[in-house]
Amino acid sequence: MLVNVDLTFTAGQFSGIVGPSGSGKTTLLKVLLGTVRPVAGSVDRRTGLRVGYVPQVEAINWSFPVTVAECVLMARTRGRVLPWRSKAEHAEVCDILDRLDIGELAGRHIRDLSGGQQQRVFIARALLGQPELLLMDEPTSGVDVRTRHEILHLLDDLHRGGLAIVLTTHDLNGMAAHLPHLVCLNTEVIGQGCPRDVLTPNVLERTYGARMETIEHAGMSIVVDNYEPSGNVVAFRKAGA
Amino acid sequence: MDDLLRPFDFEFFRNGLIVATFAGALCGLVGVYVVLKGMSYIGHGLSHAIFGGFAASALLGVNFALGAGVWGVASALMINGVTRRRVIGADAAIGVITTASFALGLALFAIFGRRGRSFDAALFGSILGVARADVWAVIGITALVALVVFFGYRQLLFTTFDPEVAEASGVHTARWDAVLMLVLATSILATMQVLGVTLIAATLVIPATVARMLTSSFSRMMFLATGIGAVTGFVGMNLSYHLDVQSGPTIVLVGATLFAAVFLATGARGLRRTVGLDEHSGPAAPPPHIAAS
Repeated sequence: MLVNVDLTFTAGQFSGIVGPSGSGKTTLLKVLLGTVRPVAGSVDRRTGLRVGYVPQVEAINWSFPVTVAECVLMARTRGRVLPWRSKAEHAEVCDILDRLDIGELAGRHIRDLSGGQQQRVFIARALLGQPELLLMDEPTSGVDVRTRHEILHLLDDLHRGGLAIVLTTHDLNGMAAHLPHLVCLNTEVIGQGCPRDVLTPNVLERTYGARMETIEHAGMSIVVDNYEPSGNVVAFRKAGA
Repeated sequence: MDDLLRPFDFEFFRNGLIVATFAGALCGLVGVYVVLKGMSYIGHGLSHAIFGGFAASALLGVNFALGAGVWGVASALMINGVTRRRVIGADAAIGVITTASFALGLALFAIFGRRGRSFDAALFGSILGVARADVWAVIGITALVALVVFFGYRQLLFTTFDPEVAEASGVHTARWDAVLMLVLATSILATMQVLGVTLIAATLVIPATVARMLTSSFSRMMFLATGIGAVTGFVGMNLSYHLDVQSGPTIVLVGATLFAAVFLATGARGLRRTVGLDEHSGPAAPPPHIAAS
């Protein structure tokens, strides 16, 4: 459930939504997308705003028989009735796949790709609709460091090209700290602003209900767990040793 | 050779063969969506639900296609409605609605006795009762379903693969789910004559599953499943005559044999497909500190 949410996302903005599990990150994304309607209050979207959505990889049925090209073309359900792609659509799909550096994978099954390539396929599908706003649910969930870097580079390129991006993430240091704007959420908005203003012990504790500290590194705020073992854990360790 | 061609001298066999071939193709085509939506049980359940309509129409003396059709469509829409509410899963909805309908059919037969069409034929299928009108009905329904799938290909694919994003992209997923359920109910109704209530599920599931083992492309899977269904129906019906076994079980056994053969043959291919999964395009530099807009 989400309450007291008053947020504005503007053209060209790049925002991350962070918060603990069950804090309403995905719900907020779906409210922005329009698939979940608020019980009270309203969402004002500019008329005709084109929105693309990249779901969590955990939500994808990876055994579904679709090639990369078939998957990307799914976004095109309007305009053409015939099942097969037109020459123009073929060129569009190839162009987007080439832009995302996965052009040679068009005929591959979506499961037969690396984590970063899979994420690119679903970004490509969203981009085929020529969105002005791209919503992404946990784009770096479960990927290794190198793949996370690849995705960050890609999103940075898309953002520099004028695309507004709003994403959710659990990864405070690997993802959130690199973004220009953050929203801390725990059923309500705890704080928002640039990472330096938001990733503070006070806001983080109110967001996550756990004590955290931040340190400065290379001009970025790095979040550090302030974990203190309880007496039981220490006793268990001693017994184990 | 003469022995192989002898059954073609009989009109009932020619009718049955055409119906079995088209029914196989129809079930193969529709089965792709059934299998990919993880609703393999629905074919089994819905055919049992239609049996309730079969019993009621036989007892009331109304047209079988009309009675069982209305019953089947109502059951399909109920399952779809209950499932979309997401309070209970599709399997539970199918279990409750279709078994209740089947039980009602059995109870009606028990109370009022068996009248009209053969009880056994409804359960296990028979080509003896296939009339010329049935042949045209199955051909017509196959053509109609093919048209629906052709013109709704993009929407049905998106709805089946990723309903939430499809909805957000402007696809009326509720409408397309309902269309799919209507198509399924109609297909079961059309094929019940030859395959029987208890065996329809296999003809929905087996061709699609075999096709899935042979390809990783959705469009190719549709063509393969349709072809496999048609061939299975054709071969099964011929064997049914020569082995003197009911058409439904023979068609299903042909499909099951094909499934086993493909399963054994693609075991190695399945392993080969996994080669290259860990290939990456190359190392990336550390992430940038993305500039504020």
